[in-house]
Amino acid sequence: MNEIFNFFKRLFHRKKNKSENQLVECDPTVLTEEQVALDAVGVYYNQQENTIVRLVSRKRATKEFRVGGVDDVVAKNNWKAWLYLAPVIILLVIFLIYPLINTIVISFLENYNYATGHSDGFTFKNYGIIFGLTEYNGATEQYFVQYAIPNTFIIVFVTVPIATILALLIAVALNSIRWFQRTLQTIFFLPYVTNTIAVGMVFSVIFADNGIINYIFGSSTVWIYGADRWVAMIPLCIYIIWSALPFKILIFLSGLQGIDKQYYQAAKLDAASSSKTLWKITMPLLGPQIMYILVTSFMGAFKEYSTVVAMFNGPGTLGTAGEPNMETIVYYIYDNLSSQTGWAAAAAVFLFVIILVFTVIEFWVSNRRIYY
Amino acid sequence: MAKAKTIDDIAEKLPDELPESEQESEEDKKYNIYPDFKKIQVNPNLTLSIRQSGRTVESIRASERVSKIVFTVLIYIFLVFMALLVIFPFYWMIITSFKQRTEIISSTQTFFPSIVMWSNYVYVFQVFDFGTYMLNTIVVAVFDTAGTLITTILAAFAFSRLRFKGREAVFMIFLMTMMIPGEMMVISNYITVASFGWIGEDQTLMEAYLAMIIPFWISVYYIYLLRQNFKQIPNELYLAAKVDGKSDWSFLWKVMVPLAAPTLISICILKFMGSWNSYVWPNLVANRSEYQLISNGLRSSAFVDIDGGQTEYGYQMAATVCVTIPLFLLFIFFRKYIMRGVGRAGIKG
Repeated sequence: MNEIFNFFKRLFHRKKNKSENQLVECDPTVLTEEQVALDAVGVYYNQQENTIVRLVSRKRATKEFRVGGVDDVVAKNNWKAWLYLAPVIILLVIFLIYPLINTIVISFLENYNYATGHSDGFTFKNYGIIFGLTEYNGATEQYFVQYAIPNTFIIVFVTVPIATILALLIAVALNSIRWFQRTLQTIFFLPYVTNTIAVGMVFSVIFADNGIINYIFGSSTVWIYGADRWVAMIPLCIYIIWSALPFKILIFLSGLQGIDKQYYQAAKLDAASSSKTLWKITMPLLGPQIMYILVTSFMGAFKEYSTVVAMFNGPGTLGTAGEPNMETIVYYIYDNLSSQTGWAAAAAVFLFVIILVFTVIEFWVSNRRIYY
Repeated sequence: MAKAKTIDDIAEKLPDELPESEQESEEDKKYNIYPDFKKIQVNPNLTLSIRQSGRTVESIRASERVSKIVFTVLIYIFLVFMALLVIFPFYWMIITSFKQRTEIISSTQTFFPSIVMWSNYVYVFQVFDFGTYMLNTIVVAVFDTAGTLITTILAAFAFSRLRFKGREAVFMIFLMTMMIPGEMMVISNYITVASFGWIGEDQTLMEAYLAMIIPFWISVYYIYLLRQNFKQIPNELYLAAKVDGKSDWSFLWKVMVPLAAPTLISICILKFMGSWNSYVWPNLVANRSEYQLISNGLRSSAFVDIDGGQTEYGYQMAATVCVTIPLFLLFIFFRKYIMRGVGRAGIKG
């Protein structure tokens, strides 16, 4: 592989950089002291021309071989840069760019069949059907509006604020202690290194009818199997918050540790109270991290799927039987992927638009409030 | 000389300098409803009332120390409480995996199994095809990681060292793709993979592997991460290598890759963890259960009792312990790399 690259390089040099490859006559008396010193090594760097000059022969020190402008070599070799990028770009086009466009196209195709690639032409019906506006085979599809959208929004607006605030509190607390900081930090990171499905199953055992939660609180609430939709939301949100904490804590903590200690010393000199220090120094300086966490966690919360599978083993509180009352938007997409590809595509485009809007709003707010 | 320690001391000195007429009269004293306030005449028109707190510098310091200790204790209580909440599911998973069925569903829950049931694990290894799922997961993880590493290293090198027209534009496009939810791609990727003939009734193990591995050979986030790391490597090294007549290719593999080893290890481990956790895609593309990965196996296996009725939580939890432990071992050995790799994300701002 190495030889092939070198071969191409030489070939290329001969063709294009002919002018720079030639031997250049140079009067040794003109050499500066620095150049003479480097002469012994046989190489020097000509700063004025941004060129590395290598002396080809020790005996005839006046003969020089120019490697060429350091910037130029790479700039002119840009075909090679594309060679380095080729694998990534090919994969990116096949598995990212093309699918993106294709999904949008499919969402506008009627009765698209992924196996045959056949469709009945352009339509807006898919969007109408998933929003329950258009009838399909004499009935309206309701699950998307009734379950998927509300569930997703509940998950987003419950878990993201709670998890972010909790993570912020824990990170600030962790940053202020001296003993056991490392140990506690490791413990708080543990949920990150787990299998979503495995721990989801643990949570459903914890919230089981005869589980520990009901035992501790002396209740007989049905949380998981056969539970009411709104009740089942509680363990689901708790699990999502639990699994979202470690990443947020880690990011906030690394942000807190990056804040210059001088600010706190100055605040102490001015006898600022600790709450004032928190709100006037820590929070503004943590702005970029908070922003990053908000953007990523909104994106993540909109895409909740495996947690639902893990806890309920299906789209509803009765598993695969019964109504899909715990379905999220992404769950809806996967559910309809092979049977109603067009609907799934429309739902995916809807999700994409929502996430885009949220991200734009977040960046817009951060531009006005956060100073990097 | 007496030390003027308190406001009190200072206030006591002042009345001497006040004119007779303006000193506190008997009547004032009689109607003074704030006995612990001291009046000081600052100038003829203004009287200051200062509270006699009796606080000295020492007492303030002491109270500050006490409040600091109380505050620290409260912080520790909060942290330990939260830590217990975080750990609890793991604890419950482990003890439930050792419990008898009757103990699990009994109305009084125990925090430690009365009889340690190793037989739960024996049963799980008999019923749950741990070996096959494990093998599939490891094969997918290894090839997935290897492919990702190669594409990531090449792309990061091009973006960090080489100069070419449109570099920044291409990199921006790369970064923008990170904003697109993966679900947008899944539908078409499923169709693409199907059109490659990797999905179907007659799917072979090889095809299932290909379908699970190839689409994940690209990770824009890791390219970004590695590019940042490559950029930190001083340009002088690059120039020195150029001087020695080294090609970009050998410079990349002989200098840059060894120097960026910590980041590469982080990427490897995070990628491996990703494969271990991946559920959605394998569930879609692997048609037979024996081609699927560990998460799928865990969720789809029915850990029911012999009568085939209720789910046997003891077996289920024993299986989740088996799935969780390899990740924990990974975490114990590579904690530094994992946390660094994850934490790096926040620094860019």
